[in-house]
Amino acid sequence: MAASPNGMTRFYTILGAVAVVGLGLLGYQLSKPATVSIPANVTIQPADTAGFRGYLKGSDSAAVEITEFADYQCPFCQTFATLQMPTIDERLIKTGRLRWRYRDFPLQQHPYSRVAAHSAACADEQGKFWPQHERIYEGQSEWAESRDGADIFRRYAKEVGLDLAKYDACMSSGKYAGRIQASYEEGQRAGVSSTPTLLVGGRLYQGRFDSDAITRLVDSLAPRVTSAR
Amino acid sequence: MIYRMGAALMSLVGVFVSAYLYLYQLGRIGTLACGSGGCETVQTSVWSRFMGVEVALIGLVGYALLLSVALVALRPALARERWPAALLAALASGGVLFTLYLTYLELFVIRAICRWCVGSAVIILSILILALLALRRAPEPRAG
Repeated sequence: MAASPNGMTRFYTILGAVAVVGLGLLGYQLSKPATVSIPANVTIQPADTAGFRGYLKGSDSAAVEITEFADYQCPFCQTFATLQMPTIDERLIKTGRLRWRYRDFPLQQHPYSRVAAHSAACADEQGKFWPQHERIYEGQSEWAESRDGADIFRRYAKEVGLDLAKYDACMSSGKYAGRIQASYEEGQRAGVSSTPTLLVGGRLYQGRFDSDAITRLVDSLAPRVTSAR
Repeated sequence: MIYRMGAALMSLVGVFVSAYLYLYQLGRIGTLACGSGGCETVQTSVWSRFMGVEVALIGLVGYALLLSVALVALRPALARERWPAALLAALASGGVLFTLYLTYLELFVIRAICRWCVGSAVIILSILILALLALRRAPEPRAG
């Protein structure tokens, strides 16, 4: 049975109202500055870990390899990255004695750890992992308490010279969420429970380190340990 | 006609829900209003695409098609016709089957629930029910 003209008018009025509300909500969402969150409860796919074993720095022929499991929002990791790593870099890595492997170990209590790790992963796509990694650690006090860490990481991305269109697409896709989680789970399996933790020749070293301690460690291991790859 | 109107309204809501998810997949919306975190897990998983096409885009096209058919079915000239309601029911049945497949993936493969996907499942199911009620109310075709 056909509806009365009044009934049809009422229906089209309601339909129009729903359309206006829907378009308004979509428009509002589009006008908001894009924030990014990287999920932790991802299903890890084989492609997430295929061929990827962390971010490497140093010579392939270095006698010692150290794997660092760290969290961008962890204060000790920040101190280590900004105060100790430059010396380690100059003294051991650039001299070919040490190869450094960085793995993400984002702790649950840190809301921006995964976004930071993802930002560095997106920088890696453009061959600028280490500059972005260092910039994120340098700026930890700025973004750790901010309302939108992702926005600050984007500014760092611009500073280190990333193509922002590619960076934005990478961040929005969340494509490295699985890889970050895989790294975290691998750390857990190795026995990592706090950050930073170093894995050297199959042994875990937890606590606070300085460049002198790392140098002594490399000195003690160099004659005995070959590549841990 | 009330059932056809209901189906049109629900289809329009479905258009907006799937458009929202599609804009997220395009990277135009930073975070989904979800609460559980399950939405992003589902939407960034490999199963957010079906045969290379974003599931949200399939939903958007599907709901737009349902909306068009429901609006055509509301034309006074077709008010007594049975086929528009039958077409609506057939399309909604396809949508429900596809939704069942996606819900299975969420529950047993991805192991995360996207509230917007649950919302879409309720919408497509309600469209099917409304289309079946419209079909039941439509007059039987005359013999001869």
